[in-house]
Amino acid sequence: MVLRDVITGNDAAAWGARLSKVEVIAAYPITPQTTIVEKLSEWVDKGEMKAKFIAVESEHSAMSAIIGASAAGARAFTATSSHGLLYMYEMVAWAAGARTPVVMAVVNRALGPPWNIWSELTDVLMTRDTGWIQFWASNNQEVLDSIIQAYKVAEDRHVLLPAIVSLEGFVLSHTSMPVIIHDEEKVDEYLPQYNPPHYIVNPKLSEPFAYGNILFPWDYAKVRLSIQKAMDNAAEVIKKAAMEFREIFGHWHGDLIKEEYTDGAELLIITMGTVAEEAEAVVEQLRNNGMKVGCVKVRVFRPFPKKEIAKIANEVSKIIVIDRDISFGWDGILAGEVKATLHDFNVDTPVITKIMGIGGDDILPEHIEAAVKEVYK
Amino acid sequence: MAKTIIDELIEAGEYVLPGTTACPGCGSTLALRYVLKALGKDTILVIPACCASVYQAIYPKSAINVIIYNVAFASAAAVASGIRQALDFRGYEDVNVVVWGGDGGIVDIGFATVSGAAERNENIFVICYDNEAYMNTGIQRSGSTPPGARTTTTPLGKIVGFKKPMPFLMLLHGIPYVATGNVAYPLDLYEKVKRAKDIKGFKYIHIFSPCPPGWRYDDSKTVEVGKLAVETGYWILWEGRNVNGRIDIKLSPPSRPYLDPAKRKPIEEFLKYQGRFRGFTEESVKRLREWIDFQWNLLKSFLGTK
Repeated sequence: MVLRDVITGNDAAAWGARLSKVEVIAAYPITPQTTIVEKLSEWVDKGEMKAKFIAVESEHSAMSAIIGASAAGARAFTATSSHGLLYMYEMVAWAAGARTPVVMAVVNRALGPPWNIWSELTDVLMTRDTGWIQFWASNNQEVLDSIIQAYKVAEDRHVLLPAIVSLEGFVLSHTSMPVIIHDEEKVDEYLPQYNPPHYIVNPKLSEPFAYGNILFPWDYAKVRLSIQKAMDNAAEVIKKAAMEFREIFGHWHGDLIKEEYTDGAELLIITMGTVAEEAEAVVEQLRNNGMKVGCVKVRVFRPFPKKEIAKIANEVSKIIVIDRDISFGWDGILAGEVKATLHDFNVDTPVITKIMGIGGDDILPEHIEAAVKEVYK
Repeated sequence: MAKTIIDELIEAGEYVLPGTTACPGCGSTLALRYVLKALGKDTILVIPACCASVYQAIYPKSAINVIIYNVAFASAAAVASGIRQALDFRGYEDVNVVVWGGDGGIVDIGFATVSGAAERNENIFVICYDNEAYMNTGIQRSGSTPPGARTTTTPLGKIVGFKKPMPFLMLLHGIPYVATGNVAYPLDLYEKVKRAKDIKGFKYIHIFSPCPPGWRYDDSKTVEVGKLAVETGYWILWEGRNVNGRIDIKLSPPSRPYLDPAKRKPIEEFLKYQGRFRGFTEESVKRLREWIDFQWNLLKSFLGTK
């Protein structure tokens, strides 16, 4: 049965996990993530969801527990935010190395000190080099849909990597929007029960083996190379997953990227998360006023959509990258990736970084419009 | 002829195979041998960074004939919780999930994780082989190092504190089973693990595990050092259960005579065997005696509650 409801981003994330029929959940509370795991534990306790909920004593243990659960053959889920993500950082890297296809919702929040509970994307971007696939949601429907898609991609035999679905603190997490909650059977059809690979940790199902014991450099390098290959494979798998999702559910949030008004654009905005949805609205308005502006939402940050961005960048004369994050001593983090991509593909379109909305400061349409008008001459 | 426990041990087979990369005289591999004989093949060892992550042998080989899942230092009891829940979800409730870690990974950096899993009463074993320092990284002091022992971070045997009374701390979590073991008393250890195996919930076992290179004694003397620890009263063998809100604690047979301080050998007997205590001072002997009294008094207070 399809439900139509007006729910928060956190409830959408919980619904994403519920519809994905996750089997083990381990989590620790942190604002603004908390209501995701509250919702899930409520469903588990009421028996509306068949899953094990482990109320662990830290985020480090939350990630550890879902790594163990995934290794033992369960579809596993956690959610966290900001400091929680950083506290589990060691195990975040471990999950990718262990090739456990877990999914984690991260509600983006700025880092302290000083304390700040509002949106900033730097937390998840700090996990850039760990081997996690990263989805960035722009609205609550996309949160729900991306979690289902994330499992589809993560568990693919050619991928087997963990995936993050990011949603911005308060802007999505605590803001209610109309969301379609898909028919359970249709989701089952799209995402069948997790079929763990042969190396599942269970003496009833496999011969004794040692997982993750010491390896000499020449063998270790092969293992790490396999992660890079899995990331390369993930790009195609993500596109296929998004397409198949559209066919079954009729929803399209983009695949690696989502383009708006890129045809004939002279100036291109590249951004992520909720800012992308806002930029789309601004671009639409500016187009009506005759300005040749387009927008690219980076929906998947890892694997980074290099080819896709280079192709569009080559057809415009200027690019603005809006970053709600910063790499101190360098640049906006997305801007840095875009610049490197352009260099890689010999595209010399100038890129201007605009860092906005740090620590949850509102990014209003007029801010985006002003940035465009400053550059578009 | 009736079957003896020795027959049983032989029939149990071997899970610690030749080919470990352990040091000669390693107490931990000896302990693991008896633990796995008691647990059997349907066992998953979850191993945090410790000597066992090295002595299990190097990829692509393993000298331990059960499934091993290697994990990060502080994470083992949480990973084991996740494995347990997933196996239960899939209907494999009879598989033993066992954390096998050193004192660093259990008493120090992994303490919160062990405590959390104990508080949740996860149906797992956490077994600490206590070699009383960070041996794998080169003998640095841990929260389980006895006062006065020389390590590479207490090179002159500085007295820092007491040894953390880990088995007692676990007992106070109200978990169903806590025991101490000692590699010099393999039958005691084997029987404890076997008893624990039938108990549902969190089982904690803390094993005294002498380390020849770390403690600087001849590698043929591991059992002698283990015995002296018991005979001097330094290490007490006991097991405790939490039955209907009551702590039921039992002194194990090898330690029973030493409830009487007059029966204990002087602590110096234990110290003089080991280079880590070389040149021990009166002050360190005093602290160690205090430590011994502290443990016995704690134990007696539990024995007295019956």
